[in-house]
Amino acid sequence: MNNHAVEINDLSCHFGSFKAVDRISLTVEQGEIFGFLGANGAGKTTAIRMLCGLLIPSGGGGQVAGFDILKQSEEIKKNIGYMSQKFSLYPDLTGRENLNFYGAAYGLDKKQILARTEELSNRLQLAEFIDRPTLSLPVGWRQRLALAASLLHKPKILFLDEPTGGVDPVFRRKFWQILYQLAEEGVTIFVTTHYMDEAAYCQRISVMHRGQIILRGKPYDLIEQHRAANLEELFIDLIRGRENADA
Amino acid sequence: MSFVTVTGLTKSYGAVRAVDDFSFEVKQGEIYALVGPDGAGKTTIIRTLCNLVRSDKGSAFIDGLDVSRQFEAIKSRLGYMPQTFSLYPDLSVEENLRFYGGIHGVVGKRFRDKTEVLYGFSNLKPFASRRAGKLSGGMKQKLALSCALIYDPKLLLLDEPTTGVDPLSRQQFWKILLDLKRQGVTIIVSTPYMDEVARADRACFVFEGRKLVEDRSETLSNRFDGRLYFLDMAPSVKLVDGLNDLPGIDARRFGSGLHLYLAREDAIENYSAMLTALGVDTTDVKEIRPNLEDCFIQFMEQTS
Amino acid sequence: MILSVAGKMPMRSIRFLALKELYHILRDPRSLAIAIAMPLLMTFLYGYAVSLDINNVVISVIDYDQTAESRQLIDYYYRSTYFGPADYEPDRSDPEGILRRGDAIAILTIKSGLATALENGQEFELGLLIDGSDNTLAAAVQGYSEGVVNSYLMDRMPPGMKMPGISISNQVLFNPDLESSHFFVPGLLAIILMMISALLTSITIAREKETGTMEQLLTAPVSPMAILIGKIIPYIFLAFLDGALILVLARILFDIPFAGSGLLLVGFGLIYVSAALSIGILISSLVKTQQVAMMLALIMTMLPSVMLSGFIFQIKNMPTFLKIISDIVPAKFFLIVIRGILLKGAGIQTLGIQAVYLLILMTILIIIAALKFKTKVD
Repeated sequence: MNNHAVEINDLSCHFGSFKAVDRISLTVEQGEIFGFLGANGAGKTTAIRMLCGLLIPSGGGGQVAGFDILKQSEEIKKNIGYMSQKFSLYPDLTGRENLNFYGAAYGLDKKQILARTEELSNRLQLAEFIDRPTLSLPVGWRQRLALAASLLHKPKILFLDEPTGGVDPVFRRKFWQILYQLAEEGVTIFVTTHYMDEAAYCQRISVMHRGQIILRGKPYDLIEQHRAANLEELFIDLIRGRENADA
Repeated sequence: MSFVTVTGLTKSYGAVRAVDDFSFEVKQGEIYALVGPDGAGKTTIIRTLCNLVRSDKGSAFIDGLDVSRQFEAIKSRLGYMPQTFSLYPDLSVEENLRFYGGIHGVVGKRFRDKTEVLYGFSNLKPFASRRAGKLSGGMKQKLALSCALIYDPKLLLLDEPTTGVDPLSRQQFWKILLDLKRQGVTIIVSTPYMDEVARADRACFVFEGRKLVEDRSETLSNRFDGRLYFLDMAPSVKLVDGLNDLPGIDARRFGSGLHLYLAREDAIENYSAMLTALGVDTTDVKEIRPNLEDCFIQFMEQTS
Repeated sequence: MILSVAGKMPMRSIRFLALKELYHILRDPRSLAIAIAMPLLMTFLYGYAVSLDINNVVISVIDYDQTAESRQLIDYYYRSTYFGPADYEPDRSDPEGILRRGDAIAILTIKSGLATALENGQEFELGLLIDGSDNTLAAAVQGYSEGVVNSYLMDRMPPGMKMPGISISNQVLFNPDLESSHFFVPGLLAIILMMISALLTSITIAREKETGTMEQLLTAPVSPMAILIGKIIPYIFLAFLDGALILVLARILFDIPFAGSGLLLVGFGLIYVSAALSIGILISSLVKTQQVAMMLALIMTMLPSVMLSGFIFQIKNMPTFLKIISDIVPAKFFLIVIRGILLKGAGIQTLGIQAVYLLILMTILIIIAALKFKTKVD
């Protein structure tokens, strides 16, 4: 037993002859903020699904939060949180009702839900908004609420899908300060995104292309090494180069 | 003479002021970007130009014609791509093109010729008979653009055309826009991506219905008032607090290290001793160019 | 406002719009199901509901013959499972009163001379007075009553002997229009056409709103009127296809006659369907999603067309305010038209007033729909 938050070896997933994920290996430390990038169809979603225990790998294996992804998918589900900006909250319910629902879904009892809601509401400064219908909230607050919902059951690993896309920059900055705090408390944060300016907030990133991880490192180091102006340029040059090589 | 002139545009929805006394001009053949987060008012501005929203106050002129009064005459010069994917998912790529061509009077040989040209840049020809709903995100955007281009509009209004599209597809998309610009097409594009400013000729930051700042895109990021340094060092709470205790330094965790914000006339060298005292190796500190997000935040804070 | 730009109609744009709409219809299993399967299903269900068996309907008998034969016939009535006797002797002086009070659904009157007529093989007429307020039941009572009399005669007469001609003179009270059990199915045509037309148009416009394509259409050089016309044309055809299907089915399954002019029916159908499509457009201007459009269309068309058109309940028995409301239900007028044309062979002379009403309703609905059609998104 080691204490990596995520450790996978030669993980693969094939759909017929199509290798959606092709022998990727990856280690993420506890309390790390890890960015998982790639173009559409690069295999990100498939990889995440295997990590969350939603999809059985065709080959390879590993552990997430200390549980085997092949055998203990139920335990994994209990120990991870998932937040997607797009569809995690019910728009016609208030924030509190949403939290009650998600709490119950994760098997928390009334008392626990009440306590956690209180705690998260203070921490994420949601008090003013929590009793309004979710639909009426500005995007930034909706995202915080979604984050609260994914944190109710105190997950060890948080999977975030484009957590701050389209949010105003000030809000985005504040949101990431919250994530940094969580990370310092030991929560591992796994971010998938298209937004390269969001990816820049991650401590370490990897780039997937055609089922494989073709690049990994700290954002700043990678920009320096590749003499790119920013992550966006780095990403484009990298993928473009690969596609030209393939063609 | 500007191709598009918007003056004092104001629009409220109930108590919310979506657009507040907004004015801008766009010259012919220029790419103008409206940059801002969701809910900033970008969509309302573009919809006003499409006569889909009636403004409370202000005016909008396209090619010298009043949008609210002479829109019928404007229609044929206008290509509009709404924010959501707005093609018929149950129609094939070619059928969508044929339909939009048809209602704009592009038929027969003209349609065939134009379609060939559009396929040329969109690479959609192999997918001509595929249902639009079954295309990938990037291909959908290209098809939507093709449908807006089939009748050679003089003005393109693009509402967040690249949202949710991966960086590679975004770059390809912008390449097409630059080609169009060269052919004299005027383009107004809205986007939440700060970095897309660099690809436009001019850009304005939009926030809460107002214009924060407008400039040529290459000078916009230089307008950041201050200096930014990156400290490549694993940040601890103690370090961040320690740095923030230093008057003149605003430290924030960012990525694998820290961002240090200083005033324009200040320099990190003035803090060497104090940094060393905090255990920082000063060779790990490098000055970096502030990005557009930094600019945006600064302008936001100045206006509010 | 959109009427002002209705002046020039770009036929080509309309053609493209209509063609596109046709693709939508053909490629969407849901709307296809609504358009084709639902009308057929409804025709089956309603059609067979008409011939639903009746059970122990109370029938009073006034027997002036008072012979073994007349008592035997009465016995046949009461032994059948369809009819049962009233609890007490009816008051012969006031047969209408019996029906009005609901003491019986029908009164059979046997004049004196039945036995003699049977003996001599003469013509004889029985009188049957029926409460027509429930016209389905009334129609069934007529049919089953004939059946009872026939089986009585069959059993009585040795094989090979000439059947005496006993007929039943039916008189329906409270609802003299009741003519035959074919009453129901033609009415269905009115309801289904209304419902399908309104439903499908409201869905199609709401769908354009959902996909955002409405914004594209509104910014294209096509007038809103052209958009509406292009959308409507395929649905007019679809409605007529539905109509034809129902008529064929009615003919095959229920033997519904077609006495009048087909051309006249098509003419009326066009007016009626246009009114229905306008209702659909009106609904879709009020809502944003297909779901809501569907619900609203069903409520706004099905309910009045079934309840307030005379399809089931007689309008003349309704309270005044419902009568007034029924005057704006197009199905009410079309119902008279379709029953007239199919069953009675009525021509434009007798249906002229309905034509006027329907034209007025159609014009008003089209104007409202066009005025309410939104060219803005907020």
